[in-house]
Amino acid sequence: MTTREQATNYQHLQTRAEDDVILEIRNASVRFDMDRGSARVLDDVNMDIYRDELLGIVGESGSGKSMFASAILDAVVEPGILQGQIIYHRKEGEPIDILQLEPDELRRLRWDEISMVFQGAMSSFNPTMTVRGHFEETIRAHGADMGERMSHVRHLLSELYLEPERVLDVYPHELSGGMKQRALIALSLVLDPEVLIMDEPTAALDLLMQRSILSLLYDLQQTYDLTIVFITHDLPLVAGIADRLSVMYSFQFVEVGESEEIIRNAAHPYTRALLKSVPSIDTPLDEMSHIEGESPDPVNIPAGCSYHPRCPIATSICVEQDPEFFEVDEDHWAACFHWEEAADAVEYSISSGELTAEDVTVEPDEEDDSG
Amino acid sequence: MSSKEPVISLENIEVHFELGGFIDKLRSDVDTVKAVDGVSLEIGENDVVALVGESGCGKTTLGKTAVGLQRPTGGAIRYRGQDIWETKDSRRSVGDYEFEEIRRSLQIIHQDPGSSLNPHRTVMGQLVDPIKKWYPEMNPGQREENLFELLSRMGMKPPEDYANRYPHQLSGGEQQRVALGRALMLEPDLVLADEAVSALDVSLRVEMMDLMLELQDVVNTSYLFISHDLANARYLAGRADGYIGVMYLGNIVEIGPVDQIINDPQHPYTQILRWATPQLNPDLAKKAHEQEIPVREVDIPDPIDPPSGCHFHPRCPQARAICAKEEPELIDPVGEGTRAACYRADDNHEYWNSPSIDDVEEELTVNP
Ligand SMILES: Nc1ncnc2c1ncn2[C@@H]1O[C@H](COP(=O)(O)OP(=O)(O)OP(=O)(O)O)[C@@H](O)[C@H]1O
Ligand code: SF4
Ligand code: SF4
Ligand SMILES: [Mg+2]
Repeated sequence: MTTREQATNYQHLQTRAEDDVILEIRNASVRFDMDRGSARVLDDVNMDIYRDELLGIVGESGSGKSMFASAILDAVVEPGILQGQIIYHRKEGEPIDILQLEPDELRRLRWDEISMVFQGAMSSFNPTMTVRGHFEETIRAHGADMGERMSHVRHLLSELYLEPERVLDVYPHELSGGMKQRALIALSLVLDPEVLIMDEPTAALDLLMQRSILSLLYDLQQTYDLTIVFITHDLPLVAGIADRLSVMYSFQFVEVGESEEIIRNAAHPYTRALLKSVPSIDTPLDEMSHIEGESPDPVNIPAGCSYHPRCPIATSICVEQDPEFFEVDEDHWAACFHWEEAADAVEYSISSGELTAEDVTVEPDEEDDSG
Repeated sequence: MSSKEPVISLENIEVHFELGGFIDKLRSDVDTVKAVDGVSLEIGENDVVALVGESGCGKTTLGKTAVGLQRPTGGAIRYRGQDIWETKDSRRSVGDYEFEEIRRSLQIIHQDPGSSLNPHRTVMGQLVDPIKKWYPEMNPGQREENLFELLSRMGMKPPEDYANRYPHQLSGGEQQRVALGRALMLEPDLVLADEAVSALDVSLRVEMMDLMLELQDVVNTSYLFISHDLANARYLAGRADGYIGVMYLGNIVEIGPVDQIINDPQHPYTQILRWATPQLNPDLAKKAHEQEIPVREVDIPDPIDPPSGCHFHPRCPQARAICAKEEPELIDPVGEGTRAACYRADDNHEYWNSPSIDDVEEELTVNP
């Protein structure tokens, strides 16, 4: 196993007033001990999540995104070992370290304050209970006002393009995958949480449904002062709605900044390569290309900067030391020694958009409005 | 393509599934899903055709029909001009090709790479059978040499190492490459790739598609590429100068060269798919999110009971009364090879004088 230098990856934090931060993740690590060695699937991660922001977390599969999500709610599956601190700043009262909570305190916090839609969670419905039963059970368990909450549920369901009366009285298997997924999103919002963590929430949905749910999340976030952490491997999906984007590689964050800034001026060589490698509808075809090399094995993470075996501008320092975060611009950080050279080494462009929006956007016919 | 027969031609293909059990059938109380409902399509030599559409639109069924894995309930499918099912059913030869030969020329790779490989056999084991079957003259040494060559070509180096791994010791991307290699080893004329990159991480999709194109040059095959994602379809078909076909509830509603489908779509459904596909440009992406989704209904109608007239009319923002009555045919509005099945593509259609569909629907509800 490689020993890694304990990096003090804090520079990218504390750039905001304390009131603005709702979750502080400090030195969070998750380890699984396996026959072939110890796998570090979250590697000393530090991150601040701002109040009322929509933070997009992107990275290839297996990079640790879901582990990060589970860590926030102390929900790492057995036999994973989670270490570190997760500080939650309530609206009122003292900050809480989530990892120190008693089981019943943690249960209360989930749903009420921080709620989560897990990847592939459609199977988390109980097949013998109606959809209504799921909502009522959650409301009851948290001692909330049934009548008032159920009317909120009906509102949420219709916002999600579901007919409340039709959906509530059926069993989960009677719903299509997309409908189940939407019902689950409604369930996660039933108690008006402060934070919503969503892990690939739209992966099972058709394009139009996916698109309308994203717009809806965007609206919900604006209307209900919600903090949303949206996790996906599909960068273009979240780029349009996220305030900030945070890129994971090899079980760590390698870049974080305002969404638009990351898309236009990514500073980390990996982020730049990722932007080139993702099929998108508007990038010129001959500018897309895949990333050479292999994703790291959690049992054997390369020493120094774990991207060095694939990085076109790696030097000897990259092999020896784990880079800290460097400030690229205001609120834009990249964990790379040579970020200033990345732009020349890994070029990409995003379309100017001349031929898209108006031409293809479907506006309902003017004449039709008369009727 | 004009001088020679296309590799595959589908003529007015229908695939209707009857739902329900034996008793229902006795009572002739069956629902029919028209998974494919009158599609014609030609795939030439070294062609790439990408089919896109939402779940349940019939892409997979059409694809399976095109490679002879699904018998159509109507219409004809021909391999180089020779009817595939007639070849299968007839005891005498009906043309130049035996059914087995046709079968071998038409290969498939599935969405889920894991399930299409045998978990109990090594990569070598999976790949060696087809070689033995189709190239009986090769000796074991030659077989191994060919196989290692193939693995290296697919970026699985060192091949000796990969050859001895079991599927669970491969990443999803590697499993999919093995499946591709296995299909291409038979030097097929057409490979159906059904959501073949969808299960892969986005950052691996381009790599897989690049490999498909690189090997296309080597074996001279055509691809019928099925995807619900317009960005993937654009990449593969775009790089190969191919076509994109857009399916909706059993029909191809628009088909044409990649550039035209992406940049100048004619059918309202294609325009909406285009609009709904996430774009990287932050200005455009933001703008799209601020707009209302331009469909009248977000959910796809039940395919058992598809809407009358143009199947898209309940969702189409431009639907007019006439759209609920008759089904539009594919026509070529610009005369440049793109065909769309929408009345709007025809400047002289009575559509333009038809009243708004909302008026008609109101009438229907008031006065049922
Ligand atoms: N063997 C079958 N028996 C009955 N109905 C079927 C059968 N196969 C497919 N169907 C139905 O035919 C329609 C088209 O199915 P198909 O699998 O071709 O869709 P698709 O476009 O590939 O969808 P997806 O994106 O979800 O894979 C669907 O309504 C499906 O339920
Ligand atoms: S330049 Fe060095 S530090 Fe930066 S990404 Fe490459 S290997 Fe890592
Ligand atoms: S025919 Fe009518 S309903 Fe169908 S796509 Fe065209 S405008 Fe819309
Ligand atoms: Mg399918």
